[in-house]
Amino acid sequence: MSTNAAKTFNFSKLRYTLESFAFIFPAVSIFSIFYIFPFFYIFKLSLYEWNGLSPFMSFIGLENFIELMRDKIWWTSMWHACYITLIALTFQNMLAFGLALACDREIRLKKFYRVVFFLPPVLSEVVVGFIWRWVLNAGEQNGEPYGLLNFALMKSGLNHLITDWLSNPDTALTCIAIVHSWKGFGWGFIMLLAGLQTIDKQLYEAAKVDGANSWETFKNVTVPMMIPVILVVMILTVLGSMQVFVLILSMVGQGLEYEAEVPVTRILAAMTSSKQYGYACAMGVTFGAILIFISFSFKKISERMKQV
Amino acid sequence: MKKIISFCLVLTSFMVSFGFVSCSRPKKDPNTITLWHWMTDRDKTFKELAAQYKELTGIDVQIELFAPSDSYTQKVVASAQAKILPDIYGVLDTKETFANFIKYGYIADLTQEFKKNDGEWEKELFTKALDANRFEPGNGYDVPPGIYGVPLDVTNIQMLYNKKLLKKAGYDAPPETYDEFLEMAKALKRIGVPGLVSGWGELWLADCFASNYAFNIMGEEKVMATYRGEVPYTDKDWVRVFQIFKDLVDGDVLVKGVVTKPNKEAEQDFALERAAFAFNGSWSVNVYKEINPDLEYGVILPPAISNKYPMRIWGGAGSNFVISNTSPNKEKAIAFVRWLTSQKQQAYLAEQTRNLPSNKKALSSISKVLEEFAQSMDNTTHPTIWPVNESPVVTEKYTKGLQSIIIGKKSPEEVAKEIQEVKEKEMEKEQRRK
Repeated sequence: MSTNAAKTFNFSKLRYTLESFAFIFPAVSIFSIFYIFPFFYIFKLSLYEWNGLSPFMSFIGLENFIELMRDKIWWTSMWHACYITLIALTFQNMLAFGLALACDREIRLKKFYRVVFFLPPVLSEVVVGFIWRWVLNAGEQNGEPYGLLNFALMKSGLNHLITDWLSNPDTALTCIAIVHSWKGFGWGFIMLLAGLQTIDKQLYEAAKVDGANSWETFKNVTVPMMIPVILVVMILTVLGSMQVFVLILSMVGQGLEYEAEVPVTRILAAMTSSKQYGYACAMGVTFGAILIFISFSFKKISERMKQV
Repeated sequence: MKKIISFCLVLTSFMVSFGFVSCSRPKKDPNTITLWHWMTDRDKTFKELAAQYKELTGIDVQIELFAPSDSYTQKVVASAQAKILPDIYGVLDTKETFANFIKYGYIADLTQEFKKNDGEWEKELFTKALDANRFEPGNGYDVPPGIYGVPLDVTNIQMLYNKKLLKKAGYDAPPETYDEFLEMAKALKRIGVPGLVSGWGELWLADCFASNYAFNIMGEEKVMATYRGEVPYTDKDWVRVFQIFKDLVDGDVLVKGVVTKPNKEAEQDFALERAAFAFNGSWSVNVYKEINPDLEYGVILPPAISNKYPMRIWGGAGSNFVISNTSPNKEKAIAFVRWLTSQKQQAYLAEQTRNLPSNKKALSSISKVLEEFAQSMDNTTHPTIWPVNESPVVTEKYTKGLQSIIIGKKSPEEVAKEIQEVKEKEMEKEQRRK
């Protein structure tokens, strides 16, 4: 009797397990083929010296990673990505939050503003890059600048501010970071606006009854309620900004020595210009590991803040 | 429940088999050949010629454009790795990569085709253009000697000058020496006209300009000796080459933003008379014509610094096509490129696209400016015909070094030292590999 019961039990458990596996099998196989396998393959390639064409690859162990640790240009490019990220985290997100707060109120043409603020993110990065290249162009014709910004500066009598924005190492990266923030703030704006609209209006009314002014309401009601959304926006900003490269290619091309290099442009150069596929894969693996570390750190911070 | 499990399993098997089917090669139609190219300006003409060819032979040539050239190069390399190359394509890369494509069996040897009928096809084409596709016995790439590609047009990169602007600055003729050029640039600056524009945001074009002067200052043998590692980049002749870029910056000769300028933008600048000189290739004739049909300009060799060695410019084959070695329609693909490089088709291409034809007999149909370009074909050289090429890692450092001089970050001496350090490191690596 007990044996029969065990058999029945095992059969139903097995059936349940099979059912579960059957449901997740398509997703797991697709994920494995397109994500897990390429990841391990790239890691394998990073242990080889390979020119990308030859059927022969020579195994060199961790040599690519050791060289990468010593590669000053790689670490400079990493710093450039961090600089762009820093500007995006502050300027871009503050702008997004400010505009989201403004659009959350009862103002005229609210819907129009929402559409306008969401326009830059839907434009192609190449198009944005070329438009801003035209705005920041330092060229002159008949002694007058024809780039929009320099022309405006000249007409405003601010000739001393006219410069070669994209070919000057002191200004190029900041210009790229600002354009990147301009292009990206719409995502944060939409998410933060959605977050603001989920805050219970009764909380604001209660604060008002307690005599809180606008700043106190913002500090003690809006910000604490928005922390989970702000953290998500920050994680997405970091991941998006660290991987920026299309904008750089369309704004400064391969120019400006290494002054506008970021990790992804280094990976691209190692693959296409110097034909070091193994080294490029080592860069990719290292960069991926750094991004995963950043994402997990944010997740930990987010969990701690939720507990507080 | 059984139904659900069966459905999931069927779905999975379907997806897996669909994946395999998509990955497998489609069956080739014997009357269809595929050509991949990167030349946006020539796409329409290629398609017109393909239509003519279909009418003539019944063979359907599918012309597929992948631009810009950087993306095209990546696509070709990725397709070679996946073994899905088309019947006809081009390798837009260094001679070493071209050699690798041949060595690993991606490109067909066309020597026999060129030698047929007492070398009729070979004789029709410019030797310089064919040289880019030729591997001599004992070449340093371990490629069996032969001809592996077909030049579609010839090209060279020279200095162009705006006649009207030069006249405005008080000059009736273009500069003959480098010092004259610098003087002229100063005079132009005085009347508010910037001197030289070029797309040096693209590394290869700055490399090309420096290479012209390297040949002029130290001669081909010393340049090659440097690539072989026998002469250091810190040699005074190389420092002189780098110094040219500093001269151009110090003399305010360059258009602002030249270091991040793509060549398309540089072409626009010259066409719209925003610069008196341009360093650009013969393909630009078509671009200038489209932007400013009234532009009056001429072509000169870059003004020489030294009389010791001749000024050598990059040129030869402009665009080359190769035939996939694994193509089931190899013969038909060869027949099509043979037809494409014959006199009538070459003349049509030259008229439509304003490029120099690779077929000598078609030269009669070119414009006056193109004729000026054609006159310097004997001065051309190109990395694809050099016996030895610099390592891509060193080349990257070298071109980035030129940019650092232009932005005023480093001196020519510092750049020379840095390039030499990378060169030595690469040579050490090469030794270890051996």
